Amino acid sequence: MLTATDLACVRGDRRLFSGLGFTLEPGAWIYLTGENGSGKTSLLRILVGLSPAEAGEIRWQGSAIGRLGDEYRKAVTYLGHHNALKEELTARENLCTGAAMAGINLDAGRADALLGSVGLAGREELPARFLSQGQKRRVALARLLWSESPLWILDEPFVALDVAAVAWLAATLAGHLAAGGMAILTSHQEVLIEGSTMQTLRLAA
Amino acid sequence: MSVITWKYASPQYFYPLAGKMIPWFSLLAVIFGAAGLWLGFFVAPTDAQQGEGYRIIFIHVGASWMSMFLYLVMAFWAGIGLSFNTRLSSMMATALAPTGAMFAFLSLWTGALWGKPMWGTWWVWDARLTSELILFFLYLGFIALQAAIDEPRRADKAGAILALVGVVNVPIIYFSVKWWNTLHQGASVSLTQAPSMAKTMLLGMLMMALCFWMYSVAVALMRVRAIMLERERHSEWVANLREVQP
Amino acid sequence: MNAFGVLSAVVRRDLLVALRRKSEVLTSLFFFVIVASLFPLGIGSEMDLLRKIAPGVLWVAALLAAMLSLNRLFANDHADGTLEQMALSPVPLGLLVSGKILAHWLVAGLPLVLIAPLLGLQYDLSPRALLVLVISLLLGTPLLSLIGAIGAALTLGVRGGGVLVSLLTLPLYIPALIFGAGAVEADISGLGAAGHLSLLAALLTLAVFFAPWATTAALKIALE
Repeated sequence: MLTATDLACVRGDRRLFSGLGFTLEPGAWIYLTGENGSGKTSLLRILVGLSPAEAGEIRWQGSAIGRLGDEYRKAVTYLGHHNALKEELTARENLCTGAAMAGINLDAGRADALLGSVGLAGREELPARFLSQGQKRRVALARLLWSESPLWILDEPFVALDVAAVAWLAATLAGHLAAGGMAILTSHQEVLIEGSTMQTLRLAA
Repeated sequence: MSVITWKYASPQYFYPLAGKMIPWFSLLAVIFGAAGLWLGFFVAPTDAQQGEGYRIIFIHVGASWMSMFLYLVMAFWAGIGLSFNTRLSSMMATALAPTGAMFAFLSLWTGALWGKPMWGTWWVWDARLTSELILFFLYLGFIALQAAIDEPRRADKAGAILALVGVVNVPIIYFSVKWWNTLHQGASVSLTQAPSMAKTMLLGMLMMALCFWMYSVAVALMRVRAIMLERERHSEWVANLREVQP
Repeated sequence: MNAFGVLSAVVRRDLLVALRRKSEVLTSLFFFVIVASLFPLGIGSEMDLLRKIAPGVLWVAALLAAMLSLNRLFANDHADGTLEQMALSPVPLGLLVSGKILAHWLVAGLPLVLIAPLLGLQYDLSPRALLVLVISLLLGTPLLSLIGAIGAALTLGVRGGGVLVSLLTLPLYIPALIFGAGAVEADISGLGAAGHLSLLAALLTLAVFFAPWATTAALKIALE
């Protein structure tokens, strides 16, 4: 369970939000919306522990995330604006090294299988710079498939995806939530995840 | 007691306190400066070997001491700011840097002026002068790094890491430079042979060092007040200050 | 996955990226060669003089060449989001950073060590002095990578980072320069290089423990 109480964020001279709080239970997800510049990405970065909040507290299973450290980082999978792919490396190499840096051993066979399930079969050996935006995003999203984290925090995961990939991601999210996982995501398009509890969190600009 | 200390760790309460302290430290600086200059120029006798030119050490030695001391103080405040996330200590570190750099520069300049009659050249690669030059570069690096970062919090923290890395390196650099050039002057404080003269000179240098110290405190407080106003310009306490009312 | 596995995965990844982006790797090596070859043209070809300035010139050239590549140590990973993923990984960031520094040395430092004897020949150094030069660079270039990483992390994404990184790291490079060039000089003048080399090794040990920690702290600040 993730609880946030009284969060505030200041960027430069602007107060983006204050007094923000929510509780996220297993099996539920938060749909974070708001105009451009309302602080969605800032909030996500605070939630994963990259940036400190101006005020307020975030607790994971009852303990402050700052104190949990590695334990919390193990519980969270974050996908930001950037895909964290190296242009020079192939899709397969990107997936394997990405997993290794998270401390997970992913062999080439397993990586190819994961790439197949995000619809990139046959492109395992292609350097990432030859992939389209949507395909790069798919490689980045394949991270969710080896992730063992209960909490997924995704910044605009649907950007650049085609209809089939959107459906695949929605189904993956539904499966994750059905298994007791949690998710927080931002999106500029309507998201429908079947059989799940959704909370909407709107940040005012 | 601890309540009072904590209260003044907040810019809101420290600002007026600093304002009240500045005149006193300025006054002390003037008094010590006058005493030191009087001792240096009128009481201390002419040196048998170096003539009148040696009198520049009254400024040179104090400036060198101060530049090194201020780097330690700056790193101390920066470190406190980094570990305890106290805004005021980081502002203090930022406020001290230009003064420290100024003293390092003053020390180099007076060193060159002293070197010309002493060694016949403006610059010698003596261990002490070289270390002072490197210290000057370290100050410049700190100031440049903080100036290049827009977000004040990040500037504070990045500067703190640099200052701490610098503090670890200063003794290593000093030792290596000394190793590199063992042909350096003996300690300046024991320049002359006559003990009675040394005592006057030591006192004069001490007075000048105290003057520089008090000056540094006064100037750092002035600067920290300016930094506080700039950083907290949107807060209520700044808006309520008499001096910012239109 | 154990710590060594993670470390070798990071090193392998960075080496792979560097090998597929050859131009960047070769830049610092060419820089080293060209700077070292320019000095005799500027100073004159008198062998006695060249032999005398060789340790200093070669070391300063190596130092500048190593610094040239510092900017891209973290910049690419920062731009494409990899650094964020590293900071959020349950693996300690210090370990990942150590891997990156090691890879940087293998790409930007080791080639300098290997080419240095050739450049030393241009300066008419004796075989013994060449050996000392190689050993001093072998101990010194990792030190340059370690200290440089702190500067690279501090200036990450900062305005004018390229110039700033040299202002921050050059003063910190001075001990390495003094002991490194000093070792070769001491050997040429017959004083023996052991003292200089052991001090260089001591500095390297200190930096191995201290620098990744400071770099990690600086990176976390840069990501905030």
